[in-house]
Amino acid sequence: MPINYYIFLSIALFCIGIAGVLTRRNAIIIFMCIELMLNAVNLLLVAFSKMHSAAAAALPDAATVGTDGQLFVFFIMVVAAAEVSVGLAIIVMMYRNIHSVDVNFLNRLKH
Amino acid sequence: MNITQILFWLLSVTALFGAMMVVTSRNPVYSVLWLILTFFSISGHYILLNAQFLAIVNIIVYAGAIMVLFLFVIMLMNLNKNAEPTRGRWIKFAGAISGGCLLLVLVAALRSTEVSSKSVQVGVGEIGLIKNLGRELFTNYVVPFEISSILFLSAMIGAVVIGKKD
Amino acid sequence: MKNILELAYLVPLFPLIGFLINGLGRKSLSKSMIGIIGSGAILASFVVSLLIFFQVKGGNTDTLNYFSFIRAGAVNIPFAFQIDQLSSIFLLIITGVGFLIHVYSTSYMHEEKTEHFGRYFAYLNLFVFSMLLLVMGANYVIMFIGWEGVGLCSYLLIGFWFKNPEYNKAANKAFIMNRIGDLAFLIAIFWIIGKVGSVGYSEVIAAATEGSKFTTTDITGITILLFIGATGKSAQIPLYTWLPDAMAGPTPVSALIHAATMVTAGIYMIARSNVLYSMSPLTLNIITYVGLATALLAATIALKQNDIKKVLAYSTVSQLGYMFLALGTGAYVAAVFHVMTHAFFKALLFLGSGSVIHAMGGEQDIRKMGGLNKYMKVTHITFLLGCLAIAGIPLFSGFFSKDEILASAFGKSPVIYAVGLFTALLTAFYMFRLYATTFRGSFRGTHEQEHHLHESPSAITIPLVVLAVLSVIGGFIGIPEFMMHGGHKLAEFLQPIVAPSAKLLPVHEVSHSTEWILTGVSSALIIGVVFFAWNKFSRKPDTGEATGFGKVLANKWYVDELYEKAIVNPLAKLGGFFNNIFEKLVVDGLVNGVGRLVSYSSRQLRLLQSGQVGSYVLLMVLSILLVFVIQFFLRK
Repeated sequence: MPINYYIFLSIALFCIGIAGVLTRRNAIIIFMCIELMLNAVNLLLVAFSKMHSAAAAALPDAATVGTDGQLFVFFIMVVAAAEVSVGLAIIVMMYRNIHSVDVNFLNRLKH
Repeated sequence: MNITQILFWLLSVTALFGAMMVVTSRNPVYSVLWLILTFFSISGHYILLNAQFLAIVNIIVYAGAIMVLFLFVIMLMNLNKNAEPTRGRWIKFAGAISGGCLLLVLVAALRSTEVSSKSVQVGVGEIGLIKNLGRELFTNYVVPFEISSILFLSAMIGAVVIGKKD
Repeated sequence: MKNILELAYLVPLFPLIGFLINGLGRKSLSKSMIGIIGSGAILASFVVSLLIFFQVKGGNTDTLNYFSFIRAGAVNIPFAFQIDQLSSIFLLIITGVGFLIHVYSTSYMHEEKTEHFGRYFAYLNLFVFSMLLLVMGANYVIMFIGWEGVGLCSYLLIGFWFKNPEYNKAANKAFIMNRIGDLAFLIAIFWIIGKVGSVGYSEVIAAATEGSKFTTTDITGITILLFIGATGKSAQIPLYTWLPDAMAGPTPVSALIHAATMVTAGIYMIARSNVLYSMSPLTLNIITYVGLATALLAATIALKQNDIKKVLAYSTVSQLGYMFLALGTGAYVAAVFHVMTHAFFKALLFLGSGSVIHAMGGEQDIRKMGGLNKYMKVTHITFLLGCLAIAGIPLFSGFFSKDEILASAFGKSPVIYAVGLFTALLTAFYMFRLYATTFRGSFRGTHEQEHHLHESPSAITIPLVVLAVLSVIGGFIGIPEFMMHGGHKLAEFLQPIVAPSAKLLPVHEVSHSTEWILTGVSSALIIGVVFFAWNKFSRKPDTGEATGFGKVLANKWYVDELYEKAIVNPLAKLGGFFNNIFEKLVVDGLVNGVGRLVSYSSRQLRLLQSGQVGSYVLLMVLSILLVFVIQFFLRK
């Protein structure tokens, strides 16, 4: 498969995520859109890893070329899991205080 | 068009459609479900790329743990009704337009780069197998791996501290 | 010790240490300790100077390099001292007279509070240090450091009694007028660096005589600028008016700084650069006429002054004019000679006047004195000797030096000689007017003052006696050639300094018989004037208000008023204009305008900070978009 396909697919997913962040007001959905963007990046990383592994197929260390990319994806998932746990805790906190998950109520930064 | 290509297009269309539905669904529960569909199709892509370990981790961690957490929160807050007030039409329009513009710009910019001529190894290759990744992870990447456990610990404590009633 | 010259650094070091001890410990030391430290430092310097002098007399001169002071590109200015005939003479004058005046001050300033007493001696030591730096430096930059240092000390000491606003004004006036000259000096230094790339005296003189680096214009420009510097420090027309006002300082300060040493710095500088000056006849002519005009103008003013110190101050200006006249005629030795004798008798006269003022309880007006010879024997005799010396009565020191200057003036032009002689007669007249009014006749002060009259303590009279002896015999080191062959020891001693310029500019030789006639005429006239003035003012002192032309003289030719009208007032008006109009409207307008612009625009920009997370994210995405567009499509 040409790498371009994967690049465009990832960009498309990423931009859908961005459009979601921009258009929605529900904090949980915005959060999910961020997860979607993370996954788009993950997909691209795996694709690049396989691209490099294909290029190095003839080399003696072919077994390790490209593993970095996939390990990065692994770590991104680790961080995302931690982030979601904290982020959802914040959203719960926010709901408890203002009885809404609408980000437009979060305008205290103005003051 | 062989079977791999057919599968690629099928999974891509599913992923994009799922993503669109996540953004456009009015009910958050539906959004979560569509997102799970998207994650499954991305896992399918991983399998197609012979990254079996990541495919499984993706399903377990994302589609399993994280999305369940989302569902729990939504249900806890009783948000599963169509309660979201609509945003101003102009804001929505501007958001969609900016997203589209970003898509256009990125596609135009990356259309004819150096890497675009390269191709991806599909269906074969052993680096995605758990044996190879595990060896790397516990040799070269052992320090970040251990640090990530500390990250989890602190995230857990943070979540408890933030979430507890004061 | 192999070579005593290597100890030269001690000469300025002692006063510096004295300055530091007295300056820092002025609150904790006792008055006698301060006096001992202050005078002892100068005495130590004097002893070293004496040793150095004898070495130099044996033909042993040296330039001592201590460290590199300024190094910038090709220019390397060392911190170096030059010990030769000229500087060793000045070292002796400065430390010798300086020591006597320090001793005098311990008694004169005794009524000050301990703290101010210490401050006074600290300033005085700092002054001596700077003055020594000025004469010992081996290049113009070190000289300039000393030059600025003495200017600062002069300012500090004139304004010593800083609680009196008039005195502060006098101090400011002295400082500002000196700055005008200093600027010219500084420009001259830059000019020299630009042309030669070095400021050492020997390098500059070598460059001047060798001739490829300097054009005639350069030399004329540099010498004129240096001379302007000298007019500031040495109180010549047009920058002389600060010196009479500088009498606001304590009298010993007037004696040391404003008569004996600092004001002769300009003469030292020109004598030091004599080769340059000899190469520029135009500058020499300017110096001659400026010196002559200053001498005459100041002498006429002194005729009608009634403040004892003001008379002496104008006399100093006049004598300095004489020295410049000598320099202008190329008689550098005569100028240095007159510096020396003048240091003796003018210091003596100032200290004597200080003794009188002390006895009169601060009164300075000679119209209220008179008949003091009965009360103050030592002061009276020494003051009389000083007057005889400055008037130029034969065989007193002033006679020899003044006569030498007049002879060289005659060699240049008989007219200059005539004016010079007239000035000398005026000098004799006003000095004996001063003497007779102060010491002869009957006492005209209040009864209380008369009761209080007494001779000063020995710390005051001993310096007076020493200086009186020097004033009487000081001239014998320079007996003119026509009176005694080989009698001019000073000229022999200074020969190596002036030899290069003597080749360039032959001194006008006057035949011996002419010199006898000139000397005879001038001596006879001076003695006549002295008798006339003595008789006139002993019998009927000049106590009334001046009228007619005398009023013009008493008001100093209205020069201060002229400066006030022509320079100070326009400048003050310009300053007022800038302060009230330019500052208020333009500068403040700009500054406040910027402030208003910022606060207005920030009030508008503040509205962007809506606090809405959504709009922040939208702006962020748009910015990223912009960066991408610029990065990928516009930046080719």
